[in-house]
Amino acid sequence: MKERLDVARAVAWRILYKMYSSPAIFLPTILFPLFFFTAFAGGLSRVRHVPGFDFRSGYTAFQFVFVLLQSAAFSGVFTGFGIARDFESGFMRRLLLAAPRRSGIILGYAAATTIRWLVTIAVVTVVALIARMQIGGNGIDLFGLYALGFLLNIAGTLWATGVAMRLRTQQSAPVMQMPVFILLFFAPVYVPLDLLQGWIHGVASVNPLTELLEAGRGFISGEPTRILAAFAISVGLGAGFALWAVRGLRKAEAAG
Amino acid sequence: MTLATAQALTLARRAVLRTARQPALVIFPLIFPMLLLAVNTGGLRAETRLPHFPTNSFLAFALAVPFVQGALLATVNANVEFARDIQTGFLDRLALTPVRSLVLLVGQLGGLITIAVVQAVFYLGVGLAFGVRLKSGVAGGVLLLVLEALIALAFAGLGSWAALRTGSTEAVQSLFPVFFVFLFISSMNIPRNLIETTWFRWAATVNPVSYLIEAVRSLVITGWDGEALGLGFAVAAGLSALGFTLAAHALFHRLERS
Repeated sequence: MKERLDVARAVAWRILYKMYSSPAIFLPTILFPLFFFTAFAGGLSRVRHVPGFDFRSGYTAFQFVFVLLQSAAFSGVFTGFGIARDFESGFMRRLLLAAPRRSGIILGYAAATTIRWLVTIAVVTVVALIARMQIGGNGIDLFGLYALGFLLNIAGTLWATGVAMRLRTQQSAPVMQMPVFILLFFAPVYVPLDLLQGWIHGVASVNPLTELLEAGRGFISGEPTRILAAFAISVGLGAGFALWAVRGLRKAEAAG
Repeated sequence: MTLATAQALTLARRAVLRTARQPALVIFPLIFPMLLLAVNTGGLRAETRLPHFPTNSFLAFALAVPFVQGALLATVNANVEFARDIQTGFLDRLALTPVRSLVLLVGQLGGLITIAVVQAVFYLGVGLAFGVRLKSGVAGGVLLLVLEALIALAFAGLGSWAALRTGSTEAVQSLFPVFFVFLFISSMNIPRNLIETTWFRWAATVNPVSYLIEAVRSLVITGWDGEALGLGFAVAAGLSALGFTLAAHALFHRLERS
């Protein structure tokens, strides 16, 4: 176990050092969620006047939850890009040779991604508070909201890690990105589920991320809902993708 | 046909073929804007119930966005290839031939415009297939393609300038997020007069992309709106002139150095 943790610590340190010493890598991870938050919460705030829109905490809080979950999932996807880049540069092969416990590599990438996401979401939260976001939930509710984000962040990282370990090329970026994009945006992004009409309502109703969004919005407005389903889905995704990532690692090992 | 025209056509053909031979560069700019259109149309359909919303079809309202987004995607992708030509030394070898530098630029931009217009026909076809009818009629459809060519020229000129200035594929790729910010901070999802947040309405008003979208949108949902079309064409022509001038200037400098 100690060897595994040593590998994880070294991998996480390398990623974080590289990122925070290079503004070109660091800034987009902060700016993109902020940009989506301002574009959606600022540009579409009139949507709260649509008949039937009854979210108690206002449109800023409504969109904040989406941006929180989106940034969590996409932080994981960006980690997959980094792993693919490490394969192309040859670094990953050297790391696989050097690491006494290779599962520590996945652990390290996951730990670094979580720290990166926590920094990002801290900045987005401060900006949302400056924009006078209304929070109806108490401390426990908010803990639940961020815990959902954390679990999705882990699931996103493990999904992208599994893809990167199998394909080992930066050209796999759309394979990592598109399913996450589709899942996120085919959920009730702009209006609550009840206000969606037609095919998108049908798709959003069976989309597992809808449960997470609805639960998250319940937490922030102080009206918790669908908690069990949301956490069960998050943990299930995390567990499933952990298996996917570990098996990907084995394939990368086998490929030499 | 003059020699210069023949040279420009050859270079334009090369730009088109090079893109067509890479499925990722063809499929992504076709599919991604359609995906975003589907998502936004489904998610924001309720917006049509807002007082003073200009149409009862959000699909018709949002159809303008893929035209601008597609031009953006196509020109960024193609200019990445142009930057690769610079990195691999192809441009330097071309400079040793009798091809005039301005012809080289016209050929490159011509290829990018062709790709963008082909995409625009696809977007229009999808819109028509899903029941959108242009209020401006068939003539409006033709004008829409002309406007799309001008919009593509604007983005292509600016992208070529970046490629020629830096000679780096990464630098051209990094333009994509910048263009994307301009797209999102615009009237792409809601008419400017309905934007509630003051700073956002102001940002959308000074953002030239809003006028490009509104010109295309007017042909779809309004008919012949002189003001929207005038502003859209003026912005597209202005950006095209700026992009072309900057790109030509950068090309002369680069060829001077080599």
